[in-house]
Amino acid sequence: MFRNLKITCDQATTICDKNQYREASTKDKIRLCLHLIVCRICVKYSKQNTTLSNLYKGHSQYCKDVKHCLTTKDKEDLKALLEKNKE
Amino acid sequence: MIEEKHGLTPYKWIDNYADYLYNFTISRVNNSDLAKDLVQETFLAGLKSAKNFQGKATERTWLVSILKRKIIDHYRKINSKKGQAEVRMDFYDDGENKGSWLEEHVPQNWDNASEKQIENEELRNQLEVCINKLPEKYAMVFRMKTVQEFETEEICKELGITSSNLWVMIHRARTQLRKCMEDNWFNN
Repeated sequence: MFRNLKITCDQATTICDKNQYREASTKDKIRLCLHLIVCRICVKYSKQNTTLSNLYKGHSQYCKDVKHCLTTKDKEDLKALLEKNKE
Repeated sequence: MIEEKHGLTPYKWIDNYADYLYNFTISRVNNSDLAKDLVQETFLAGLKSAKNFQGKATERTWLVSILKRKIIDHYRKINSKKGQAEVRMDFYDDGENKGSWLEEHVPQNWDNASEKQIENEELRNQLEVCINKLPEKYAMVFRMKTVQEFETEEICKELGITSSNLWVMIHRARTQLRKCMEDNWFNN
């Protein structure tokens, strides 16, 4: 039974990443917790991952607030191109 | 006339939808020139296939569906560039240590993490530099999932990938980003 729950650091960090988006399954969370009991490196990764997720969240909010627009010239060029292709 | 036959108004497309489509594209590809090209291709494809417009969806929805196909085509193109997809992994990939941390990539202590977390332009710039260093397909998936916060299902549908594929890419992107931020921000 426990053999099924044993995972590598690669798998543990994959689950840890998935968990940052709250999308890890219960089974995966259990496997991750068991791995974190025996692996200090992955504990450190996990803590740092949470720090990074907070940074990404702040960056995400900033990016979402920026609205991108085409310049007037870009729009004029596009209009000319469409006109040409309509004929 | 196209507009009379199909209810489309191509002469209004630029004013009505260009900014919306450009914004939609740039949130996925994060490259202004590429976004402009994709929007342009979308309008041209729209003109070409105007006869297929049945009026079941709005003009904007119909143009967005064309744009989504253009984005998938772009994603498939970058996905097929195998050399670009190769990444330096942080784990042994064979032998008895398979799946364990490579010694040189073991996470370092971030003693100054709390004071370095301050939201500022310098940090955002460093983060952007690190994201831009990722292979293009990883950067694209990472931006859609983490920056734009799209649902997993939506990204998989848009890019035609499986969810396990997506999580592998997210994991690789985050592992590389962590290393890049560690080297250039936290331990700098």
